[in-house]
Amino acid sequence: MSHDGEHVRPTDRQAPADADPAAPGIRSRRTWRRALRRPPAVAGAVVVILFAVMALAAPWLATSDPVQTSWGQIRKTPTLAHPFGTDDLGRDVYSRVVWGARTSMQAGVLSILLAICVGVPTGLVAGYYRRAVDQVIMRLTDAWLSFPFLILAIGLVTILGPSLMNATVAIGMAATPTYIRLTRGLVLATAQEDYVQSARALGGGDIRMMLRHILPNIFSALLVQATVSIPAAIIAEAILSFLGLGVQPPTPSWGTMLNTAQQFLETAPWMAWWPGLAIFFLALSFNLAGDGLRDFLDPKDY
Amino acid sequence: MFDFLVRRIAISIVTFLLITLIVFMGVRMIPGDPARVMAGTDADEAGLQEIRVKYGLTDPIPLQYARWLGLALQGDLGESIRTRESVVKIVAVKLPITVQLACFSLLIAVGIAIPAGVFSAVRRNTAWDLLANAISLCGVSVPSFWLGIMLILFLSVRFHLLPASGFVPFLQDPLANLQRMLMPSFVLGAALAAVLMRQTRNSMIEVMSANYIRTAYSKGLAEWVVIFRHALRNGLIPIVTILGLQMGALMGGAVVTEQIFVVPGFGRLIVEAVFTRDYPLVQGVVLITASTYVLINLLVDVSYSLLNPRIRVKGSSGES
Repeated sequence: MSHDGEHVRPTDRQAPADADPAAPGIRSRRTWRRALRRPPAVAGAVVVILFAVMALAAPWLATSDPVQTSWGQIRKTPTLAHPFGTDDLGRDVYSRVVWGARTSMQAGVLSILLAICVGVPTGLVAGYYRRAVDQVIMRLTDAWLSFPFLILAIGLVTILGPSLMNATVAIGMAATPTYIRLTRGLVLATAQEDYVQSARALGGGDIRMMLRHILPNIFSALLVQATVSIPAAIIAEAILSFLGLGVQPPTPSWGTMLNTAQQFLETAPWMAWWPGLAIFFLALSFNLAGDGLRDFLDPKDY
Repeated sequence: MFDFLVRRIAISIVTFLLITLIVFMGVRMIPGDPARVMAGTDADEAGLQEIRVKYGLTDPIPLQYARWLGLALQGDLGESIRTRESVVKIVAVKLPITVQLACFSLLIAVGIAIPAGVFSAVRRNTAWDLLANAISLCGVSVPSFWLGIMLILFLSVRFHLLPASGFVPFLQDPLANLQRMLMPSFVLGAALAAVLMRQTRNSMIEVMSANYIRTAYSKGLAEWVVIFRHALRNGLIPIVTILGLQMGALMGGAVVTEQIFVVPGFGRLIVEAVFTRDYPLVQGVVLITASTYVLINLLVDVSYSLLNPRIRVKGSSGES
């Protein structure tokens, strides 16, 4: 299809950069300066790291057990003991938001990892061998892409049954065709480059060509795509959980928390504030970092 | 030209057939015996066998697929397990509600995104541009269901400006209908607007640097004439493609939006069907959604191959 063109761009930056062994210290310092020229992107990256720390250190950051119910503490307004208030079962909202970071990060990162593991090799094969293989893979990808992301994820969860693992798999599978297309387009462009052609002339085998010469050169574009699709996957997980098709109670997840919160908007609006703000900031930070990374890795920007 | 049309339609037909295959196989992958699902848990072995024979479940899989596809093409997608109503009939009742929601959202999205994107591109790197970009980035990042909940919290619960949820048919009470559709349409349209605005800005920046725009300016035409008569016309082409491709996100978004605002449309139907394990209904709804998406994108591509000769030529000789 005609849209492939927009993903294709030269990624031959790596070759000259690697060919310059001189003064690694100066080069890395220049790289840092270039990175720090983009405050929003740096801020985004920092917040993403903070959320990752929150996910990893949840047991120590949470002030109380996220699933411990307390009948005397139902829907209490925020206080010092419960800075984000308590929910309909008397659980501490702050602790649940902290633990929810783990659920969201896990679902977001693992699902995109799955999409990359399936999509990139498939796209490599399609773009490298072309002809019939390419046609078959791309027609299937087109068909797969015709299912709206969320509808496909909902359909897959119906087949697999609702759980965090299955939601992650479903989101990953729904995101796969994007990676097949992107990889294929990049491979088509990269395979024409002189250094790939000359490596082939030197007698490099197919596997070696793909892994050593093509993959490293399309890596940065894939990385940028990953920073854009992880926030989308995080939101997708929240949506599936919100609909009751993802994480099952009592496991804390921002989506399920918002589902419950919607029933108590009049009496306990704080229940709806924090999980939503958390999703928003995490997604925003990923997008900021991704935008910055795109500019940073753009060879035209040197 | 004719070649391009035939090629484009052929690709769509192949895609459609693959979609039907995926949907068919998907339902077959559900663990458990479909006869048991249809009969309920208390059926005996004889009853199960009767159902298997009745629905042709004992036939070879390719034959089952061919029969199912044949019926689907004639507009028969089977019947709901729960209500025994025809799936097509159930969808036909729900669909207009979602179509109304989608059309309103589109209007809102286009109404915000195109002017904002054009303005951003023309006044590039000013404070306005920065602000518009920041808003659009927030729009991409905000989970639509949370935006919906916040709108309900402020507009309905706090200030009682709009009803929080529900649906009234337009013909029954137009004003009540619009009141109830306003928030869902905005929520669904906001995400689309954010994506569209970025595209409009990029596309307009590219077009504005073209030679013919400079020529138009140097002829002494007023700025707005150049922007709207000369630039926007070409700038809109990629935006219409994006709009077609975004229809999938719109359909997916409708599921969540209808859930929050209790709009009894297509999206709520699929969630209910999933919860009640009404497989024929899920199958039908997914098939219709995907086919609609293919059809919309086919129409988008064809419609502007008619409008723009450049695409026609490039498309017919292009790869893939």
